[in-house]
Amino acid sequence: MMDTKTNIPNSTEMTPVISLKGVNKWYGDFQALSNIDLEIKLKEKIVICGPSGSGKSTLIRCLNRLEAHQEGRIHVSGIELHERMKDIDIVRQDIGMVFQNFNLFPHLTVLENCMAGPNWVRGIEKNEAKERAIAMLKQVKIPEQADKYPDQLSGGQQQRVAIARSLCMQPKVMLFDEPTSALDPEMVSEVLDTMIELANSGMTMICVTHEMGFARQVADRIVFMADGEIVEQNTPEEFFNNPQHDRTKVFLDQILE
Amino acid sequence: MFVDTVIEDKALHKPVFLIGLSVTVLAIFFALNFTNTLFGEFLRPVIGDPTESGFFGRFAVSLVLTIIFVLNLFAISFFKLKAQVAIVWVELFLLFLAFAYSFDLKMSFIQSRVPLMISRGLFTTIYISAISIVIATVIAVIGAIAKLSNNGFAYAISSFYTSLFRGLPLLLQLFLIYKGLPQLGFMVDAVPAAITALSLCYGAYMTEIFRAGIQSIPKGQWEASRALGFKFNLILRKIILPQAIPIIIPPTGNQFIAMLKDSSLASVLGVWELMYLARTLGQRDFRHMEMLLTAAMIYWALTIVLEIIQARIEEKYKQKS
Repeated sequence: MMDTKTNIPNSTEMTPVISLKGVNKWYGDFQALSNIDLEIKLKEKIVICGPSGSGKSTLIRCLNRLEAHQEGRIHVSGIELHERMKDIDIVRQDIGMVFQNFNLFPHLTVLENCMAGPNWVRGIEKNEAKERAIAMLKQVKIPEQADKYPDQLSGGQQQRVAIARSLCMQPKVMLFDEPTSALDPEMVSEVLDTMIELANSGMTMICVTHEMGFARQVADRIVFMADGEIVEQNTPEEFFNNPQHDRTKVFLDQILE
Repeated sequence: MFVDTVIEDKALHKPVFLIGLSVTVLAIFFALNFTNTLFGEFLRPVIGDPTESGFFGRFAVSLVLTIIFVLNLFAISFFKLKAQVAIVWVELFLLFLAFAYSFDLKMSFIQSRVPLMISRGLFTTIYISAISIVIATVIAVIGAIAKLSNNGFAYAISSFYTSLFRGLPLLLQLFLIYKGLPQLGFMVDAVPAAITALSLCYGAYMTEIFRAGIQSIPKGQWEASRALGFKFNLILRKIILPQAIPIIIPPTGNQFIAMLKDSSLASVLGVWELMYLARTLGQRDFRHMEMLLTAAMIYWALTIVLEIIQARIEEKYKQKS
């Protein structure tokens, strides 16, 4: 499936797909990110967690430059993200992103949502784009909703369409920005199941989420943030059983009750 | 507005309201004094010669009118909503006809002039409005995008444009173009001058409508598009504008309707559109009201047609989403 041409160079298992060095970001006087150093390797699954306002969404949104950082360097597959770059859209095509509020295109059907990217920017023929869209909708288990409009679907279904839409671009990395936070409780698991399946297929994933069960099951590494800093990062086992930092302990107490 | 599920008592079925209404209406009719009109004539058997009936006559006429008016409202209040609307529409329309009829119109005069008013006047009015609407829409799209861009020149030019053309009376713009441009060496005929003025003026108003429509699309749509690697033009064309259009249509429809009637200002340049013909055809024979009322009915009918078209388009977009 990854045989089609992608825009950014292939990374090996050794070199990081994404690397951040000394990244700082401010909103006015408020420092949203401070001194972030982070490397993510191919096929790695990272879960970023932390209390609200800790900068985790800001961090993930810097990775495809929906937000700009002011200091430090961010590289995606060796390409540096900065404000004067000419080919940000080329980089973005290879980074899928799933939002808290789905952000599906309401005037397009589910199928058209999934075909739009490959057809409009990857230059793939309509028929092929359609085939690929149907295949991806099957993968997220809603092929029967293909001709409906997004607002005819439940929240869980919409989020799975959003995942399929990103996958149709055959991205190298998938970013998830609190993908289950806007869902009714009974729909959380269907989205998490889709994400777990995707993780098992070998996708490189960076997820901002409060779902600790998911983190425990899927993550190679959990990154804990507070006040714009990375407080600690560790394997799930160490993170949950042997947290190093007081803030981590407080957070885990609160979230695991 | 959204109707509550609890039904309140009808005001018209409350005695206090009915009495208050009656007294108010009586006072208004008394103040307006209908004694020397047709209504006074009807009551001649009771009040005698209307002109000499004095206070009693004036009061009697007002009282009868008040009773008719309030009874009419009371009766209508028992119908269902749709029937009420229809009855009130018909009654108001009949009142309008009575108003027109009271001018002692010469129908044969109207009949002989209507063909010219339609073939020449209505045609010119529609022609000027239609071309202006198309040009104004193009200006509005460009203006809105310029106003939302972060290019300093584009923003400066478009905001200066909307400020100037929304800030001057349309009639003044019309004269500036028609009388001003020839002095600079550009000869303009009346019709192109009218189209230019209408397009520029309405383009300025519609720029603001289009800008607001584009801005009303949530920023998540931009982010999702960017995250897929779409470029600006593609996002605007395929994602933002298709969603903004249903929001833009109702206020734009209002602008079209307003423009249709503002095209009557072209009459001051001597363009043979509806308004001009209404004034000139009547003038010669001192039959002003005949022609003015005819033009009024044609404008009104045209507006109703546009309103229906607007409603249809809105309905179409509603079904789609």
